[in-house]
Amino acid sequence: MLIFEKSRPGRGCDLLPECDVEVTLPQEKDKREKKLHLPELSEIELSRHYTELAKKSHGVNDGFYPLGSCTMKYNPKINEDMAALPGFTEIHPLQPAHTVQGCLEVIKESENLLCEITGMDRMTFQPAAGAHGEFTGLLLIKAYHKSRGDEKRKKIIVPDSAHGTNPASAAMAGFQVVSIESAPDGGVDLEKLQEVCGEDTAGLMLTNPNTVGLFDKNILKITEIVHNCGGLCYYDGANLNAVMGTVRPGDMGFDVIHLNLHKTFSTPHGGGGPGSGPVGCKSMLVPFLPSYVVDGEEELKFVKEPQSIGEMKSFYGNFTVIVKALTYVKTLGREGIPEASRNAVLNANYMMNKLKDLYTMAYDEVCMHEFVMSLADLKKKTGISAMDIAKGLLDNGIHPPTMYFPLIVEEALMVEPTETESKETLDEAVEVLRKLYEIAETDAEQLHQAPVTTPVTRMDEVGAARHPYLRYEWQD
Amino acid sequence: MGSYVPNTKEQRQEMLKEIGFQSIDDLFAHIPAEVKIQGGLNIPEGKTELEVRRDMENIAAKNQIFKTIFRGAGAYRHFIPATVKSVISKENLLTAYTPYQAEISQGILQSIFEYQTMICDLTGMDISNACVYDGAEASAEGVAMCRDRKRSKALVSATVNPYVLETIKTYCFGNEMEVEVIPEKDGLTDIEYLKEHVDAQTACVLIQHPNYYGNLEEAAEIGEITHGAGAKYVMNVNPISLGVVKTPAEYGADVAVGEGQPLGLSIAFGGPYLGFMAATQKMMRNLPGRIVGQTEDHNGKKGYVLTLQAREQHIRREKASSNICSNQALCALAVGVYLATMGNEGIKKAATLSTSKAHYLSAELAKVGYQTENKGEFFHEFVTVSEVPVAKALAALEEKGILGGFPLDEHRILWCCTEVNTKEEMDAVVQILKEVQ
Repeated sequence: MLIFEKSRPGRGCDLLPECDVEVTLPQEKDKREKKLHLPELSEIELSRHYTELAKKSHGVNDGFYPLGSCTMKYNPKINEDMAALPGFTEIHPLQPAHTVQGCLEVIKESENLLCEITGMDRMTFQPAAGAHGEFTGLLLIKAYHKSRGDEKRKKIIVPDSAHGTNPASAAMAGFQVVSIESAPDGGVDLEKLQEVCGEDTAGLMLTNPNTVGLFDKNILKITEIVHNCGGLCYYDGANLNAVMGTVRPGDMGFDVIHLNLHKTFSTPHGGGGPGSGPVGCKSMLVPFLPSYVVDGEEELKFVKEPQSIGEMKSFYGNFTVIVKALTYVKTLGREGIPEASRNAVLNANYMMNKLKDLYTMAYDEVCMHEFVMSLADLKKKTGISAMDIAKGLLDNGIHPPTMYFPLIVEEALMVEPTETESKETLDEAVEVLRKLYEIAETDAEQLHQAPVTTPVTRMDEVGAARHPYLRYEWQD
Repeated sequence: MGSYVPNTKEQRQEMLKEIGFQSIDDLFAHIPAEVKIQGGLNIPEGKTELEVRRDMENIAAKNQIFKTIFRGAGAYRHFIPATVKSVISKENLLTAYTPYQAEISQGILQSIFEYQTMICDLTGMDISNACVYDGAEASAEGVAMCRDRKRSKALVSATVNPYVLETIKTYCFGNEMEVEVIPEKDGLTDIEYLKEHVDAQTACVLIQHPNYYGNLEEAAEIGEITHGAGAKYVMNVNPISLGVVKTPAEYGADVAVGEGQPLGLSIAFGGPYLGFMAATQKMMRNLPGRIVGQTEDHNGKKGYVLTLQAREQHIRREKASSNICSNQALCALAVGVYLATMGNEGIKKAATLSTSKAHYLSAELAKVGYQTENKGEFFHEFVTVSEVPVAKALAALEEKGILGGFPLDEHRILWCCTEVNTKEEMDAVVQILKEVQ
């Protein structure tokens, strides 16, 4: 039941004292006339309402969450505790610099650590999410070419295996998107890349390992081809969890990157956000960084770069998310960072190998932190699609892998177990997936009906889009 | 070293053996040696939980917490009911991903549907999205969504928060829309200038209400002028003000955006906050970001899903209405809990107390040489002009643990009051300033 349907006039919580000064209200012409319909509930009803909503939600704490490309690793509790310190939450963003030295230290120290992990020279923490970081990074590329009078560079090259945000961000930054077909092995097709590179190339956007979970061995060649034609290389950090501590984007030839602190650095996804998408870059892009960077030795201070692209949003980013990520990096340290990614890769390869005699792997070779299965054969044979298997997993308490992505794999299921899952959890998931395969062959109808144990069954999404009902409506 | 890897050394060996490898290094063998880090990362060694806690607590202690704050300028310390923290700490909600799998995400989806409804109710608009990053970014998205083939100029008032203006400019550097700033006249949008410059190329006019200086604009008239030229009207509004001030819908806005932070989110050195976006029914398909809709499951049971996804990046790629993917969902949940807890009376009271106290402080400050510059109506922020240099006045307050208003220049201060400020605190400010010469 919606909270509005539980509302009863006259109920409520006693929250604010009476006004201790003379009451002033807006003049008639600016006075609100429209009726308000906010819920009126007692605290126990409110509290139970949200407990009920929580019960109908599934987080990493509820079970295995191998959602490819999203890195749903465990969110450590110490991170939450540190982000909730009043010394962080009760600080106004416009306080004088000498009263916010701790906050500036958080930003400075995070920058130092993450620049070392990624091989970048400087980093801005203003972007609020990965896509926001992409947009920021692309504007840096745009400003760089513009500053050199090289304004003919209007094209951003994006492989067809890329995340949807890549082309969308490039379009927002005013670039034309050149999509290149991936090579049969899922990597960048060097010949095709060479063909599209030219005087109008602004840059290339890439993830490595790529979205099929493979490390592109030609990476130095790829970034060299782009650099040779005068373009810059952008690294989408979505898959950094595969290689942190082993390989650095900066050493692979990338000039600008974004990170997803809510993926690689263990901050919770919050049902869709807030994330944090810091952008790191090499020295030639530093003059264009947005907003402020933190400098200073004795006393830290905010400094604006001379040719800054401006502000991406208010203030300095999703600050308490940065606090969580810093707590995580401090905890793991120089051994823990590579240990995390090495175990993420081990877990993915383990699961892949325990499944590949039954499920068709899109690319049957050593994978990195995730692998992609294609259910095209199974669908042809039994009518059971990637969607059906995903929904079958729901009945077994497992969050499905990413479905139908990357677009270059038919009936794709992309599995990313992460390092924080135990062998026991992986074995159980393997068992469930194998059982579902068997059901697909013997009792397909059962899977078409799945899920049956969840609060609702499959939803009518077509109807939702055709007749949008986007809010509760009152009679008055 | 802290670690969140549960597998023991023995288990790792067992797993490797089972899949035919000797060591984890073998899984990285295909990565070219020339890109591998030599000698490990140059960062400190990992720490135990107790060590990390000490370390972070020491860092936090280097910040000064002001018990009393009279500074807003885009971030507002309001009262936050205890229910908010209780709900957003629930792990099923906190640790979940974007609700793509509707069957196990009904709780999150319903909370967003309720949030959307409350934002519509507060702003008077028809529809709302599931939120974007913050108020400044929402403003930039609000401008972008008004663009069409013939109209690509945005007229933005100089009286908006500087971050709002700068963010709009940055986004327009990207999408190559033209931004023209409408100058300020006596702390308000210059209406004559607007009349002369709004034209057939103007996609939208954006104002902030109450504006950066706390003033209520001639919002209805600006709306009429805007619509007269066939442009869209975007209003950035303070959500608390909507408890007593007319809604953007009543002023004729096509798009209402704003900073959601006052609705239950800590000031937290600037984030995470939340940008709300609401619009008329007509603009539904231009709205960026996630939107939740009500539908039924295959058994006819009511439920919620992410909908109208044909606008979004994962479907439309470079043709999407925006690139936004992650938003500020947990903050939207907090806003929903806040509004539900406050209720109609609570939100009206927060608005009434905020504006009343601001008027009291304004009158009291005038008695000690800080004259209010605002000529017309203001909400909970106002600007004072004083002979005494601003730095001196603010330093005197700081010494007493009070964060005074935001310095606009050497003699002007932007003050803010909310329901958390007491009469005693305000009288203390006046007393302290009285003694500063």
